[in-house]
Amino acid sequence: MTDQQLRVSKIRNGTVIDHIPSGQALNVLAILGIDGTGGDVVSIGMNVPSERLGRKDVVKVEDRELSQSELDVLSLVAPDATINIIREYDVTEKHRVDRPERVTGVLRCPNRNCITTEGEPVDSEFEVLDDGIRCVYCDTIIRDDIASHILV
Amino acid sequence: MRHDHITSAKQLSRDDVEAVLDRAGEIAADQEAYADRHDGSLLGLLFFEPSTRTKMSFSAAIKRLGGGVVDMGPVDSSSVKKGESLADTVRVVEGYADALVLRHPSEGAAKMASQFVDVPLINAGDGAGQHPTQTLLDLYTIRESAGLDGISIGIMGDLKYGRTVHSMAHALTNFDVSQHFISPESLKLPRNVRYDLHQEGASVKEHTDIESILPSLDVLYVTRIQRERFPDESEYRKVAGEYRIDAAMLESARDDLTVMHPLPRVDEIADDVDETSHAHYFQQAHNGVPVRMALLDMLLGGDR
Ligand SMILES: [Zn+2]
Repeated sequence: MTDQQLRVSKIRNGTVIDHIPSGQALNVLAILGIDGTGGDVVSIGMNVPSERLGRKDVVKVEDRELSQSELDVLSLVAPDATINIIREYDVTEKHRVDRPERVTGVLRCPNRNCITTEGEPVDSEFEVLDDGIRCVYCDTIIRDDIASHILV
Repeated sequence: MRHDHITSAKQLSRDDVEAVLDRAGEIAADQEAYADRHDGSLLGLLFFEPSTRTKMSFSAAIKRLGGGVVDMGPVDSSSVKKGESLADTVRVVEGYADALVLRHPSEGAAKMASQFVDVPLINAGDGAGQHPTQTLLDLYTIRESAGLDGISIGIMGDLKYGRTVHSMAHALTNFDVSQHFISPESLKLPRNVRYDLHQEGASVKEHTDIESILPSLDVLYVTRIQRERFPDESEYRKVAGEYRIDAAMLESARDDLTVMHPLPRVDEIADDVDETSHAHYFQQAHNGVPVRMALLDMLLGGDR
């Protein structure tokens, strides 16, 4: 990381999610289920100048190393995100997010007549397509604005 | 066939379909031979929406195999009314039966329910989703009258909400069939079905009127356009009137055109069609019994 990218102060241990499209930082936190109630120390940089993206968002979560499967879900709203795992102020691992095959329990099916919206003991589940996602229960396809379907 | 549950026509391969239809043919030819086949087997009927016809057809099928039914009865007299989840209901009822048949108003209900039970579960209609056993009996009817390869089929009416249409469209992609979808603009195929047909490389054309395509069809599958899909009565009447057929209109069709309908009809097929050689819809309804017998026989272990 260059100094330019480090508008938000360095963290000692935790995860830095970088190269999030401008304006998606809060959706990234929502997808990860981080709303502050867990006590995590979270810093957010929004509209940070970036060589690659022009402007970008950055999220830092202290003392938590997010797993690859947790992070792959981010690819739906932040396909170019890079993940840095920080230990003792050093970047010890760096990876990209991959599109997962399935997304479970993170999004709400927009079909109001879908069985997953009716209080049954199942999580929502979507198959990830090349250009969208699809409810495995009712087959509804979501192409645009996937972030607006995040369960909160 | 290796399926524990039948929830969608999408899961059925060409081999699966042909295995069921072949078995149904054997059954239709000699029903007596199957009369004790599943002596003592019980089929659990869970109909969360009224559907006398489908329910009677399943009941007839299991009884003709020597079995019987346990019926949840109407929803308003059951535990569901007290707020029980579907997942709980099926887990209780699977203890009473060897297989379950589920009709439910929500899309995905059968798929979800099947994850909670070990006995085979058959989807008998889930909202605007799927109705795979209707599709199997439709395919049986088409195979008998026109063959399932090298044909053009027109599917007309409410293509957006019609679950029989969705199941059928998926299943037909297994065969060499040109599919023509005929409907008003507001009731065209939903995006998800269109997506699957595209993925399967199916031959699909959409039309807003029947006249131009009618002469080239081998099969015309008519479905009902429901009043509640339209904001007002006059709009409904205007649209519905454009998607009904009568004997005069069929003069322009091929002599061997097969006309089908999942029934019940209202007036989308005029009574005067009944007298023509095109009318196959009553035979189609009767085919429900041997086809459901075949499917039940296979799910209940008829191959063992
Ligand atoms: Zn759904």
